[in-house]
Amino acid sequence: MMQMKQKRQKSEFNHRRTIIPGFNITLGFTVIYISLILLIPLAMLFLKAATLSWQQIWQTVADPRVVTSYRLSIVASLLAALVNGIFGLLLAWVLTRYQFPARKLIDAIIDLPFAMPTAVAGITLTTLYSTNGWFGRLLEPLGIKVSYTPLGIIVALTFIGLPFVVRTVQPVLQDFDQEVEEAALSLGANRWQLFIKVILPTLFPSWLTGVALAFARGLGEYGSVVFISGNMPYKTEITPLIIVTKLEQFDYAGAAAIATVLLLVSFLILLTINLLQWWNGKKIENNIV
Amino acid sequence: MVKKTALLILLLGAILMTNLMLANAEPKTITLLNVSYDPTRELYKEFNVAFAKYWKQKTGQTVVIQQSHAGSGAQARAVIDGLEADVVTLALAYDIDVLYEQAKLISKDWQSKLPNNSSPYTSTIVFLVRKGNPKGIKDWDDLVKPGVSVISPNPKTSGGARWNYLAAWGYSLKKNKGNAEKAKDFVTRLFKNVPVLDSGARGATNTFVQRGIGDVLLAWENEAFLAINELGKDKFEIVVPSLSILAEPPVTVVTKYATKHQTQKVAEAYLKYLYSAEGQEIAAKNYYRPRLKAVADKYSYFAKVELFTIDQLFGGWQKAQKEHFSDGGTFDQIYRR
Repeated sequence: MMQMKQKRQKSEFNHRRTIIPGFNITLGFTVIYISLILLIPLAMLFLKAATLSWQQIWQTVADPRVVTSYRLSIVASLLAALVNGIFGLLLAWVLTRYQFPARKLIDAIIDLPFAMPTAVAGITLTTLYSTNGWFGRLLEPLGIKVSYTPLGIIVALTFIGLPFVVRTVQPVLQDFDQEVEEAALSLGANRWQLFIKVILPTLFPSWLTGVALAFARGLGEYGSVVFISGNMPYKTEITPLIIVTKLEQFDYAGAAAIATVLLLVSFLILLTINLLQWWNGKKIENNIV
Repeated sequence: MVKKTALLILLLGAILMTNLMLANAEPKTITLLNVSYDPTRELYKEFNVAFAKYWKQKTGQTVVIQQSHAGSGAQARAVIDGLEADVVTLALAYDIDVLYEQAKLISKDWQSKLPNNSSPYTSTIVFLVRKGNPKGIKDWDDLVKPGVSVISPNPKTSGGARWNYLAAWGYSLKKNKGNAEKAKDFVTRLFKNVPVLDSGARGATNTFVQRGIGDVLLAWENEAFLAINELGKDKFEIVVPSLSILAEPPVTVVTKYATKHQTQKVAEAYLKYLYSAEGQEIAAKNYYRPRLKAVADKYSYFAKVELFTIDQLFGGWQKAQKEHFSDGGTFDQIYRR
């Protein structure tokens, strides 16, 4: 009896159709597309890494020099993503809330780091921040060195990650219902409360997405960083550079193994962020109910 | 279902059409792809014009040569992964050896197919210093002194840097009658004076020239000349050490792809023409040392310097790469903690 019921439920589920037609074909397309573009290349990476024995993999990915590079890559990407989180939010706020001359122009300029070849960005930043550059000259007397230090890596990653936070937060701010703010104010909220309790919770999910994207982008960035970092082993050597040095020795499997570690780390962090978002969404839902 | 089939037929039709179109565009001219490394850009630009003219005169055929330039190792990988080069002209024999080892695109004895280890032109490693040579750098020993800052790219990512490294190693080896320990110590001290390891030769030149970092740049002779010509003789000068390495950038026909494209004949002629008087002349004009003595004598800017080869001191590229630049090799040991 129970079994039959279960079976019926199951078949009902299978046969349930959405109102919008074309479910099968779109799902089929999605699966094929994701496989071709994403899953098969990723699987190739894992397969390549799997040509090594476990011991070889461990030796490659747990080498002290490689481990130092993970730490540098992750910390620098996180810091850069956070800087972008703060100032990107500020930029998005200014661009949506205020009218001022050249607003449209600045709005357009924000996307440039996406369009610029990263090597160009790297060389430009290195020029500005090296001790004879415009910024470097001013910073040197203060004892601050940017080019060829970990700080330089953070500067480069901040540059290339800037658009992510601005572009994810901006539409939410634009669509923000003015009446909600008015209601909060008329109910006696002060400006601070309005920002913390009303605006920020609505922005949070998109902000988090922006920060996550900036972080993930930074972790894989090679082109701009190699110019500004100086590439010194144990000091300013990022993980993507180690991967390239492996490739230079035609050690494809070793490169794939390290890439896999990097990929898993980013995946875990992105997953955590998604969970955070989901948890945050739940909280808001509960509050509303 | 009918729709799906129709769509499929349409798709297949489209693929067929593009194939036909490609096949119909039968080349009346021969196209050669020369996959090379970064600093040869100017050299081959000039040489390709000269060869096309020569080939037209000789056979009546028009030959168009396409060039591809990037880091030597990256180019070798591209060819292994399917970039169908007819000829490769790379920075070091190791990067061509892998075309045999990894993909069997060429025969094992490729290097004996053309004269002079298949290297029609050579270069060496020299020092570029700031005008007036404020630190008084004259030879390799001056580079390991405390307070001297040396710029070299990273031997792990740059073919040119590997020549730098081996040149320094070879100098110490010769000076200390083959004592490898002393050579290792010498190179270690030298690289302790390197504040920045750029990923490629041009990057290192930029660091030295544009950023003003370092007292001396270890560079290919041809790169050093280019830097001086483009950035002013009033800013830099070349110092030639007492002893250096004979850098032999080799060339070869990628047999498998040339056979497939039916371009073996012209590809071989192309490389052989590098050894001709005109080819040598063009190489010399672009600051590569020509093999032909008659041509070399005409260009006075090549300083006389005692040169050793990688085969003499290191037993060839395969061995040198393994001992010095593979993971855990002597270069990694410098930075080991």
